[in-house]
Amino acid sequence: MSLTPKVGMALPERQHLCEVVQQMLYNASLWNGHRIHFDVPYATEVEGYPGLVVAGPLIGDWLHQVVDEWLGDAGMITGIEYSNRVAAFVGETVTAGGTVTAYDPESGEIRLEVYVKNDREEVLAPGVVTARLER
Amino acid sequence: MTALLSQEILSCIGRQSAPKREIVTRRDIRKYAIATDNRQAKYLAGDVAPPLFHVHLFWDVVPLSELSPDGVSIDTLLPRFPLEKAMAGGLDITYHQPIKPGDWLTATRTLTDIYEKTGRSGPLIFYEVLMEVRNDAGELVVTEKTTRILR
Repeated sequence: MSLTPKVGMALPERQHLCEVVQQMLYNASLWNGHRIHFDVPYATEVEGYPGLVVAGPLIGDWLHQVVDEWLGDAGMITGIEYSNRVAAFVGETVTAGGTVTAYDPESGEIRLEVYVKNDREEVLAPGVVTARLER
Repeated sequence: MTALLSQEILSCIGRQSAPKREIVTRRDIRKYAIATDNRQAKYLAGDVAPPLFHVHLFWDVVPLSELSPDGVSIDTLLPRFPLEKAMAGGLDITYHQPIKPGDWLTATRTLTDIYEKTGRSGPLIFYEVLMEVRNDAGELVVTEKTTRILR
C-alpha cells in the first residue's frame, strides 16, 4: 500500500493496557529480573512505587510500533531518539501517537515526533523517529 | 574543572566489553512480538524481527548468584560512580538493516563518555555507552547510544 505523508499529519493513536501477564512475559523474554516489575511488596513497600513499574524499553517499543504499523510494508524505521521521563504502572492504559514533522519525497525520508502518554496527559516518553519509504 | 569525577573514573572512558555473539531464532522473535503487544503478522510469525529486538537479544544473561538483591545484573562496563541515583536517560538508535531468523549477531559495548554538569538540584553525572551490533560479514546492523544521568 502506498503512503503519502504530509507534514503535520497525525498518525492513528494506539492504546496499550499495561497488563500483568504481558509484563511478566516481556521481562522474562529479556531475562530481566528487576523486582520492581513483578514483586508487588518490593515495588510498593521497599521502593515506594504506587504499583508494578512497566519496563522502560517496552514503552520505547510502543513508540516504534505506532510508526511501524503506520508504515506497514511501505517503509522502515531508520532511527529513533527517545527518553523515558515518567513511569507507567501495571493497570494503566497508555496511548502512543505521533505527527509527521518532515518529509522529503525525493529521498523518501520522513521525520516524526512521537509520544507515549498516560490518561493524565503526561508524556511518559517523547521521541523523534526517522523512517524511509521504499522507492 | 571536575569536582566529582576522579582521574581513575575518567580513565574508564574507552573501556570495552567482551563481544557477545548470539543467534536470532524465529521462536525468540515470536515471543518478543507477542510480549510487546505487536500486531503485525510478519513479526508474530517470526519472519523478521521488529525494531528494538536487539534489546531482547543482548540483555545480559547472568547466573542468579550474580544478580543484586533487587534482581538487577551489575554492569561491569561501568566504574563505581560517586552518585548512584539514576534519572531518566536517553537512547539514540540507528537501524542499518533488518534482523532475520538465522542471523548471527555480535554486540560490542563501549563506555564512550563520562562528564558532569550542575543541575538545579545539584551535581549530575552523565555517561554514554555505545553498542554496536554487527553481522558475521562485519556490517553494522544496529547502533545504539545510551545516555544515563546520575544524581
